[in-house]
Amino acid sequence: MTLRIADLKVGDALPERSHTPTNVSLFLYNASVWNPHRIHYDETYTTQVERHPAIVIDGPLQGDWLAQCVANWLADGGTLLRFSYSNRKATYLGETLVSGGRITAIDVAKRLVTVELFVRNANGDVTSPGAATVELRE
Amino acid sequence: MAGLLTDEHRAWIGREEAPIHVEVSRRDIVKYAIATEQTQQKYLRGDEAPPMFIFNLFGALRPIAELRSDGLSRGSGSGPKLPLQRVMAGGIELVMQRPIRPGDRLTGVQRVVDMYEKQGSQGPLIFTVRALRVTDATGALVLEEIQTGIAR
Repeated sequence: MTLRIADLKVGDALPERSHTPTNVSLFLYNASVWNPHRIHYDETYTTQVERHPAIVIDGPLQGDWLAQCVANWLADGGTLLRFSYSNRKATYLGETLVSGGRITAIDVAKRLVTVELFVRNANGDVTSPGAATVELRE
Repeated sequence: MAGLLTDEHRAWIGREEAPIHVEVSRRDIVKYAIATEQTQQKYLRGDEAPPMFIFNLFGALRPIAELRSDGLSRGSGSGPKLPLQRVMAGGIELVMQRPIRPGDRLTGVQRVVDMYEKQGSQGPLIFTVRALRVTDATGALVLEEIQTGIAR
């Protein structure tokens, strides 16, 4: 169903999604973005040298989940104009994280919708907040 | 404040780096889409790149012999050499003019726009803020990105 600005209101939630990265998915992600930082695939190095408790889930991967949250909600109903995220808290292999968001502003005349986004961990801590502005077609 | 940044570091603020040229292939988009578990067919077919495909698209490609023991190449190329070595991606702000598509011949020009220090809970942190401007083969603007890197 195409998003229509007349059907939206501030506070509406975007669909949530669970993410549980694996060694394989982190390997493929870091290969695809050409990131050889060992904290994403070398457990001995990660725990003994950089002193993390486990393999680190990439911050930009969580940024991608936030962009997906918007893109999947928007589908073909409009265009992403602005997107931002920040990496606030380290997350580790074995964690299940949830992405989601909600509408914070609607400009009906310009057909612009602003959303705030989050990735949160099992404790409810937001590990990566974000925001986006989209322009709807209808 | 720790006072780790010197005038030599701050002299990098505003300095534009050499343009980097990237040809985008459908296969690279598909790899990224699979790795990030995209669900939309336009991404999985590689018709269009997801927004965060931009991350490190214009990053340095250095020989393995030039990589540091942590795997990264920071400090081996141009840009300020920081006194703190552990690095992490701090975040990104994107302003999109259009999506990246297969066949795009992109040019990225990067410059450091700010450097500052903060005291973190486990020690000093240095924030380096870089602006990236990406244009296509016609010279049209595709996107602008502000990326923050954190050294600890």
